[in-house]
Amino acid sequence: MSHLFSYLRKYAKECVLAPLFKLFEALLELFVPLVVASIIDNGLAVHDVPYIIRMTALLFALAFTGLAVSVTAQYFSARAAALFARDAKAGLFRKIESLSLADCSKTGLAGLINRMTGDMNQVQSGVNMTLRLLLRSPFVVAGAAVMAFAVDLKAGLIFALIIPLLSVIVYILLRITVPRFRSVQGRQDGLIAQTRENCSGARVLRAFNLQEEEKKSFEKANSSLVRMQLGASAISALTNPLTSFIVNLGIIAVIWYGGIRVDCGTLSQGSVVALFNYMNQILVELIKLASLIQTITKAIASARRVEAVFNMDSTMADGSLCTVDDDADTAIEFRNVTFSYNKDSEPVLKDVSFSLKKGQTLGIIGATGSGKSTLGALIARLYDADSGQVSLFGKPVCAYSLRTLHDNVSLVLQKARLFTGTIRSNMLLARPDAGDDDIRQALEDAQAWDFVSEKGLDSAVEAGGRNFSGGQRQRLSIARGLVHGGKILILDDSFSALDYVTDARVRAAVGQRKLTKVIISQRASSVLNADKILLLENGCVSAAGTHAQLMESSQVYREIYYTQFEKEAENV
Amino acid sequence: MYKETLKRCLFYLRRYTLEFVLSLLMAFVYVIASLYIPLAAGRAVDLLLGEGLVDFASLFSQLVLILITAAVCFFSQYLLSRLNNRIVYRLSGDMRADAFRKLQVLPFSCLDSHRQGDIVARIITDVDQVSDGLLLGFSQFFTAALTILVTVCYLFSLDFIIALVVILLSPLSLVVAAFIARKTHKHFKATAEKRSVQTDLTDEYISDSAEVICYNLQETCQRNFDSVNEAWAQSSWKGTFYSSLVNPVTRAVNSIVYACAAFSGSLLVLASRLTAGGLVSALAYANQYTKPFNDITGVITELQNAIVCASRVFSLLDEKEIEDSGTAVLSDGALDVEFRNVSFSYVEGQNLIKDFSLSIRKGQHVAIVGPTGAGKSTVINLLMRYYEAGSGSILIDGIPIRDIRLSSLRKSFGTVLQDSFIRNASVRDNVTMGRSFTDDEVIEACRKAHVHNIIMRLEKGYDTVLSDDEGLLSAGERQLISIARCMIDLPDLLILDEATSNIDTRTEQLIQKSFSAMTEGRTSFVVAHRLSTIRNSDIILVMRDGDIVEAGSHDELLAKGGFYHELYTSQFASAD
Repeated sequence: MSHLFSYLRKYAKECVLAPLFKLFEALLELFVPLVVASIIDNGLAVHDVPYIIRMTALLFALAFTGLAVSVTAQYFSARAAALFARDAKAGLFRKIESLSLADCSKTGLAGLINRMTGDMNQVQSGVNMTLRLLLRSPFVVAGAAVMAFAVDLKAGLIFALIIPLLSVIVYILLRITVPRFRSVQGRQDGLIAQTRENCSGARVLRAFNLQEEEKKSFEKANSSLVRMQLGASAISALTNPLTSFIVNLGIIAVIWYGGIRVDCGTLSQGSVVALFNYMNQILVELIKLASLIQTITKAIASARRVEAVFNMDSTMADGSLCTVDDDADTAIEFRNVTFSYNKDSEPVLKDVSFSLKKGQTLGIIGATGSGKSTLGALIARLYDADSGQVSLFGKPVCAYSLRTLHDNVSLVLQKARLFTGTIRSNMLLARPDAGDDDIRQALEDAQAWDFVSEKGLDSAVEAGGRNFSGGQRQRLSIARGLVHGGKILILDDSFSALDYVTDARVRAAVGQRKLTKVIISQRASSVLNADKILLLENGCVSAAGTHAQLMESSQVYREIYYTQFEKEAENV
Repeated sequence: MYKETLKRCLFYLRRYTLEFVLSLLMAFVYVIASLYIPLAAGRAVDLLLGEGLVDFASLFSQLVLILITAAVCFFSQYLLSRLNNRIVYRLSGDMRADAFRKLQVLPFSCLDSHRQGDIVARIITDVDQVSDGLLLGFSQFFTAALTILVTVCYLFSLDFIIALVVILLSPLSLVVAAFIARKTHKHFKATAEKRSVQTDLTDEYISDSAEVICYNLQETCQRNFDSVNEAWAQSSWKGTFYSSLVNPVTRAVNSIVYACAAFSGSLLVLASRLTAGGLVSALAYANQYTKPFNDITGVITELQNAIVCASRVFSLLDEKEIEDSGTAVLSDGALDVEFRNVSFSYVEGQNLIKDFSLSIRKGQHVAIVGPTGAGKSTVINLLMRYYEAGSGSILIDGIPIRDIRLSSLRKSFGTVLQDSFIRNASVRDNVTMGRSFTDDEVIEACRKAHVHNIIMRLEKGYDTVLSDDEGLLSAGERQLISIARCMIDLPDLLILDEATSNIDTRTEQLIQKSFSAMTEGRTSFVVAHRLSTIRNSDIILVMRDGDIVEAGSHDELLAKGGFYHELYTSQFASAD
């Protein structure tokens, strides 16, 4: 976990000082039983009232010094833990941003978000508690034993026996219960997933009358959760009673042995009291230590998961080319490109080759699942091809720096996603120096100006753009792509929620712009004016050419066209 | 309201009355026993008078007494926590099951108006908080109060002066702790708020990562994240620091009480009012005395939190349920459907559908068209009784749907709904949806839905486990799965709600062909925005702004030259 914890290095000072002050505090606490013992032996035995006053003053001094020392320690550890978490989170965020889409999908988005929130919280409280207690608790336990030896060598042997016994018991109980509580957590996650599914899929589940089955399966999982909780807690419930009982046995042993030694005249009554007090201190600290170990185990598991993200290698190497050759004649070229999302399954694109001249429009059409969107994603280098080469403006996509590449390719996705902010801020994200005129022109071209002008450019966009309808979101997203101003504009089924009139208007307006365009669509009407149309079938280019050529040569293309136009063609 | 909520919690507790009473009893035994040990230990220490003066017989019996007390202590404490766990886990299990059962009978007006996360939080997280807070609260409160009481008694049995010193000084820690808690609360609340802002931001940037990459937004995102992160870190460390002051401060107060007890105790020993052993016992009590006070402070916050969570759970349980009082069962075979003076609104006072009447004969095909947002799905909501018509009624086979048993109504409908819901289960289970079909039937249905080849491309074919939120399948592929789900066993009434909106037109047409072969003689409702697919329907309902504005066949509507005509011509007019 070296990467994650390297963020602690900056707070080395705090990390050393916090435990050190804690140790000092513990040391002060260890003196208290000695002071009480000497009150009994020296003050009470000889009726020395000034001595008792002096000792009481010492107790006060110990209390106040302890307070000051421990407040300092808490200050350092709270600061170190929170600032460490801040730096680590920033680093983690940077790391996630640097990952390619292929890398992200391996961990899953939900997983990545969890690393950032839940796991980092665990790590933070783990660091905080470790700084505060990890040195203190064992030190108090060991210190109590050492002090016991100092009071009486042989009585110390009782401590030497009790402490390992307690440690072993606490360790064994933790070993048994921690995995059990982990599986309890897993079972609870299952219940959450089922509940969520029953909310989002309520219409479908009810349409299939599955309520009773759902109730049954939930109740089964629920009672098995309760059983597991009870099973795990039956063992962990032993911890406190068992440790207290053993300490009580220790107390009995100390008093009995103390009795023998006092009777021989080798030990004072006060010393027995001190031993008794040390025994009690051990009990309190061990219970703290047990809960600390649980916190730390959880934190370590979380830290491992976070570290795994830090250790992910971005599988996409950045290129160095920072300029685009404006004179290049060919804008996009695919040469024998094959690609699969999962190396074990069948390729999504197989041996795709084509080229497109600058300023031309490419239409891509094909059945659901034929690989249309993947082709678009490869142009924007969201993924790297398994084999073959994708080139833009005469150079392989891998040669460009990702920044340059993305500045020059505007990809508008089917599922239009907007960011929280305002309409203007969403447009500015695409190009920070865009002027109001550019934005307005883009919104007009995307047929979004009518509803934007009603609300104003500065009207709010809620998370995911949920305060806009699907069609509005798509139009805003097209406008954002236009503001971005890449030399290549890819519209990946970006019209699916628009009616045909709006669709046609957007295409007409975008057609005025001097861009190389790639239009991916299921609508023949969206692509029929393209300079070149690719027909994809099961990941292969089964036909390519202009609308007229394809009508001539491709049976499938004709079918697609006629499903949408046949009767009208006859009527008109 | 607090009282009401508390009462209902106690109602849940009723099933565990025996456990609860036993738990109180065990708490009583445990407190008395555990507090007796310091007293007995003090007496034993008193026997250690000096060289040759130790009375071993008395010492032995005193130690045996401690041993017995320790054993009682062990058993009562273990039983106490077993009992409490039993009550807590069982009760939260009961509550969770009730809440989930409720979820199955919540009307869609309620489901649609709550955020999904909110309902899940009520059923899972809130229930946990209730059981933890409420019951641990009860038992800890009882143990703590008892501890205070018994300690006071034991202290007075030693000597009233030292008892007064301890009793009067100890509540100091309460005052200090309360003061710190108030300071901390502010920072904790701020931390929680900032953390949720941070989570939302992370969520947004990571979920939309394709956009982030395409628009080179990494630096912008990082800047926004860093500033939120910084604000969070500032309140986080302050909150942690202030809250971690509670321990040292109460410890310090405790040490002061301890010192005062030591001093006054010593003087009492000198005055021969107390033995050395008595002093030892008194000091042990002084050491423990602040703990129950801190526990009670903690319990009160937990109780408050539990009550808030409980009221959230109860308000879910109190939601109105769907009515399923109908008893009629629909017969097999084609059915006719009639809308009789139906009016409907989602929001009181804003009537969307006004006084709509239409009779659909068995076997007729009805299409519902209109622009986005015109409320096409409303008709489906009414037919499936996801929502109730405000006035008027819908009759199927002459029976008002309110009189038909819901399960029978929904069994008679085959539906493919707009948002294709994918369960967290294998492909096969996603197609069968709890019904029993052979593998061959499943494959046959998938072939008809043109999704078989796509499924075979998945890593484990029909055994691949799908999930709703992450994308093995594209939107179109998910729709194909839900079509297969419907095709595997076609009932008498069919609803296709934009069933093919994400599917390419050619596949769509192939599917339409299978559908129309299958819908032959079946009454069907099709919501579509591609008008080309529904021209042959017997009746076309045209919707606009929530209301049904026109109804008739394609030719009738075209001839009429109304809104349908406008929609229809616009579809092709600008294609050239």
